[in-house]
Amino acid sequence: MSTPSQTVGPFLSIVLPWEDGPFVVPDGTPGAVWIRGVVTDGAGEPIPDGLVETWQADPQGRFDHPDDPRGAAPGFRGFGRCPTDPEGNYAILTQLPGAIPGQNGVRQAPHINVSVLARGLLHRVVTRIYFPDNAEANAADPVLATVPEERRGTLLAEPVDGGYRFDVRLQGEGETVFFDV
Amino acid sequence: MNPSKTATPDTALSELPGYRNDPDGTHPSLNFADYKSTRLRHPKQPLVLLPHMLTEVTGPVLGEGRIGELDNDLTRQHAGEPQGQRIIVHGRLLDGDGRPVPNSLVEIWQANAGGRYRHTGDRWPSPLDPNFDGAGRTLTDSDGRYEFTTIKPGAYPWGNHDNAWRPAHIHFSVFGRAFTQRLVTQMYFPDDPLFFQDPIFNSVPDPAARQRMISRFDMDRTTDHWALGFEFDIVLRGREATPFENDEDEDE
Repeated sequence: MSTPSQTVGPFLSIVLPWEDGPFVVPDGTPGAVWIRGVVTDGAGEPIPDGLVETWQADPQGRFDHPDDPRGAAPGFRGFGRCPTDPEGNYAILTQLPGAIPGQNGVRQAPHINVSVLARGLLHRVVTRIYFPDNAEANAADPVLATVPEERRGTLLAEPVDGGYRFDVRLQGEGETVFFDV
Repeated sequence: MNPSKTATPDTALSELPGYRNDPDGTHPSLNFADYKSTRLRHPKQPLVLLPHMLTEVTGPVLGEGRIGELDNDLTRQHAGEPQGQRIIVHGRLLDGDGRPVPNSLVEIWQANAGGRYRHTGDRWPSPLDPNFDGAGRTLTDSDGRYEFTTIKPGAYPWGNHDNAWRPAHIHFSVFGRAFTQRLVTQMYFPDDPLFFQDPIFNSVPDPAARQRMISRFDMDRTTDHWALGFEFDIVLRGREATPFENDEDEDE
């Protein structure tokens, strides 16, 4: 019988942020990009006390985990963690993931799983970041296919100088698609 | 020709079992009006079901490099000892089938004995304790066990409703083995008189599930002239059974 979830509350920054948290790969890694964004609430106000966590495959689509016998590239942690600043901003330095095996031999488009935790969230919300550069793979992606077409755009990162922008809107106009995991 | 031919075929990686859903009522709804901060922060659109594939059944494996020597003893992180009742909080990190989750990161944070957090956002005029940060980290051992030495946190008031007080609690953050198992919860203490008016505790719909957030006073681990013991097991989602290979039904 599982232990219930509770909110992280307003003071998660006492322990959860790590100095190297935003660095899924070390600074200076070839091909590394910054993914930056702002987390906002239903009034469009920034969320200054949240935490963004990311989990992803390496550029070859492999995970640093015992269930993936291929293993990831050495030193590739796959996990990123960044608290939001007073303006609701977060940033993660990473390499873009590769395509990932899906069910029944269907490959999934490259994606990053994202958890957002904050005061006022009684459990985390989960979304995915996809990349517009992979138009063909995105069109064939089995998860994107289940998302109402008019909302798919909320899962696409926007290319910007030095990387990508991915905003998270918890509620209201342009609400990000969140998943039931 | 098979273009995806590699050492590990995709099929082996696409048949990994997923994780079971918890029974209704185990976890709070994101929309819970009694807890006012949920009002502008809960999604209003329906969640989209995400099947468990490789990204979901894997998760960060965070090792020993993250843990400092005194990270599991919150009473020894300064020159002096903190004020308050010294306690030992211990338990196991388990999956839904009772199997231990070994070598897994457990992070905790809490208020001091007067109910004050070491955080610029905490304005409750109870003094900070110069000898207490309220931050702890440890790894579970090979049996999934963890242990912290700390002080019992105090209750504190907050602005949710008139005369609102949070029951004493310690925040826990755990990863388990998979993205699907990520859990942040709060550990409470037995017989707290403040439960009845706390919307965060009561946001869990199933009263039996609420009880699973309350630690058990543990006389066996209570140490003479030293510390009271409390036991708190954390149970994460269980895994689906491995699908049977039923070749009879295959058209090969």
